[in-house]
Amino acid sequence: MTLTQDTKTPVTVLTGYLGAGKTTLLNRILSENHGVRYAVIVNEFGEIGIDNDLLVESDEEIFEMNNGCICCTVRGDLIRTVENLMKRQGSFDAIVVETTGVADPAPVAQTFFMDDDVRDKARLDAVVAVVDCRHVLQRLADTREAEDQIAFADVILLNKTDLVTAEELKAVEARIQTINPYARLMRSERCDVPLDTVLNRGAFDLNRILTLDPHFLDEHEHTHECGPDCDHDHHHHDHDHDHHGHGHDHGRAHAHEDPHSVKSVSMTAGELDPDVFFQWIGNVSQIQGPGILRLKGIMAFKNDPQRYVVQGVHMILEGDHQRDWKDGEPRQSRLVVIGRDLDFDALTTGFKACEA
Amino acid sequence: MVSVAPYDAGSYVVAAAFLDTDPVFALGDGTLLMLTSDGERRVEVHGGGLLAACMTQDKSAILTSGGDGRVMRTDAEGEATLMAELPRKWIDLLAAGPQGAIAFASGRTAMVRLPNGDLRDVSPSRAVGGLAFAPRGLRLAVARYDGATLHWVNTEAPAQELSWKGAHAAAAFSPDGKYLVTTMQENALHGWRLSDGQDMRMTGYPGKVKSMHWSAKGRYLATSGANAAILWPFFGKTGPMGQQPLQLGARGDQLVSQVACHPAEEVVAIGYQDGMVLVARFADSQEVLLRRPGGSPVSALCWDAGGTRLLFGTEAGEAGVISL
Repeated sequence: MTLTQDTKTPVTVLTGYLGAGKTTLLNRILSENHGVRYAVIVNEFGEIGIDNDLLVESDEEIFEMNNGCICCTVRGDLIRTVENLMKRQGSFDAIVVETTGVADPAPVAQTFFMDDDVRDKARLDAVVAVVDCRHVLQRLADTREAEDQIAFADVILLNKTDLVTAEELKAVEARIQTINPYARLMRSERCDVPLDTVLNRGAFDLNRILTLDPHFLDEHEHTHECGPDCDHDHHHHDHDHDHHGHGHDHGRAHAHEDPHSVKSVSMTAGELDPDVFFQWIGNVSQIQGPGILRLKGIMAFKNDPQRYVVQGVHMILEGDHQRDWKDGEPRQSRLVVIGRDLDFDALTTGFKACEA
Repeated sequence: MVSVAPYDAGSYVVAAAFLDTDPVFALGDGTLLMLTSDGERRVEVHGGGLLAACMTQDKSAILTSGGDGRVMRTDAEGEATLMAELPRKWIDLLAAGPQGAIAFASGRTAMVRLPNGDLRDVSPSRAVGGLAFAPRGLRLAVARYDGATLHWVNTEAPAQELSWKGAHAAAAFSPDGKYLVTTMQENALHGWRLSDGQDMRMTGYPGKVKSMHWSAKGRYLATSGANAAILWPFFGKTGPMGQQPLQLGARGDQLVSQVACHPAEEVVAIGYQDGMVLVARFADSQEVLLRRPGGSPVSALCWDAGGTRLLFGTEAGEAGVISL
């Protein structure tokens, strides 16, 4: 349940398209003398030039649970690998999971919330997306996975900045920020960022949420009406939701104008009534869960001396007390939701209505 | 009179067993801790960690597999022999068959080393979760995603598919060979009556079932995953269907992590997530505490052939021999 407990092994999930630079980053993680022993789970050894008995290859195995709802899929191979690693407790400090370029990051993240054994031993530290500045705009136009990967990320490594012009870089950054303004953006050439800015971020970088500028909320168009040809049904969870065969790729050349593209909202409120909030957030994740890619927030509950942090992926929601509010710290609640086809106005109104 | 001789194994206890009459603990750091009349002996069998262990059917050796992609056979003298290898794979599933056959698996790959030393590939298309040999004949069950597959590994007879949606993990045949039971990713067991393929659902667990063990003569299947040991009755025509399981050693707030049935009596040893160990009798639920709670889940339990000594091990590397 806890997001902050130190006895759990932190896990960093690495996403990004083939050729974006994940292997370069992994080779650095495995070879540099940073004093942290990483167990690294990769999809294939490929060009990883290091032989290390804590480097393991794992075939992606998507396990569907409870009638195949996308919100309940987990990575079976990760459950098994984490279990195996736990037999070697003490020989490593942290885990890095590399996903394939076309992977949907949701099942990876959901594994760390849904599987009791994994939850007991490990906590998701951060999702890091490695982005190839040269090709990312095209990828975003062509595929849904590229957008999902950016939407899911806590840290985005803008790699190969030396291969684009300053204007192109700006355009890339602007585009990424329309999808996910909450991730920490890092520019790099050959993944040459200090590793501690990528690894061991701690609890999804939750503090960033509090320091973000709330104004961007006003700059976005959040209303979305499902057209007559839209087959979305948010209440129907037993459909086979296969991203690769999904029929939503119409008109991707202008993906940022696509009504189904990823958008986000950041909401603020004062002190909340916990009973009202938990009922509301439970409903939101049940009904809008399929469209929610990431949800994270810090809540100030009335008469509660501690900050309460929540995070979610699709229909999974998890929360816990984090630490005491500091003297002089404004007791403000903040919730960020990133997703597709969400009713942002209703979310904003609903969140505000949870105020005590 | 119960006495406990504790040992500091120093690493996650993956399995415990008796080799001849000497206790052996298979440890996550890749070593075997052997307690002989001459004292403690440590044999390093795997670089890169030890992930699975079981006894050979003739009880003459312990089989282990690990992160080094190797399957090893170690005898009571501590002599280790390489039996099979899948380079760079983590071999985490292992089963011992008749005539020295060995089944092992990693990810989607499942192999059998036949009695003549040949290797046979029995890989399904999706993840392997467990392996079990039938009590008679060279017949292997491969638990997998969406069901289990039965192979007659010494013949070219077509495999028999048993289907049930979901991810199946550990597999176990009933000692009379009538049933195959698997643990699932969901908090449930699944069973098949092999005579007609009839499905059985055994549900209601608050946690995943990680440990199951047949009682003497196969009358009950004892399982972990709840705050008591759950024992499903398998006598009678319909097995557990429509029957209530026994619940032994119930505790308020701790889940059972390991079970091991006594070799002769209707008694089960129960290990909990907090390290406590007790034995409970089927007939009257009477319990005897053998080990007080420690800090770490019980990860291994094993009776000796006579049923007078019980080995235990925990995830934190505590181990011990309990004499009854």
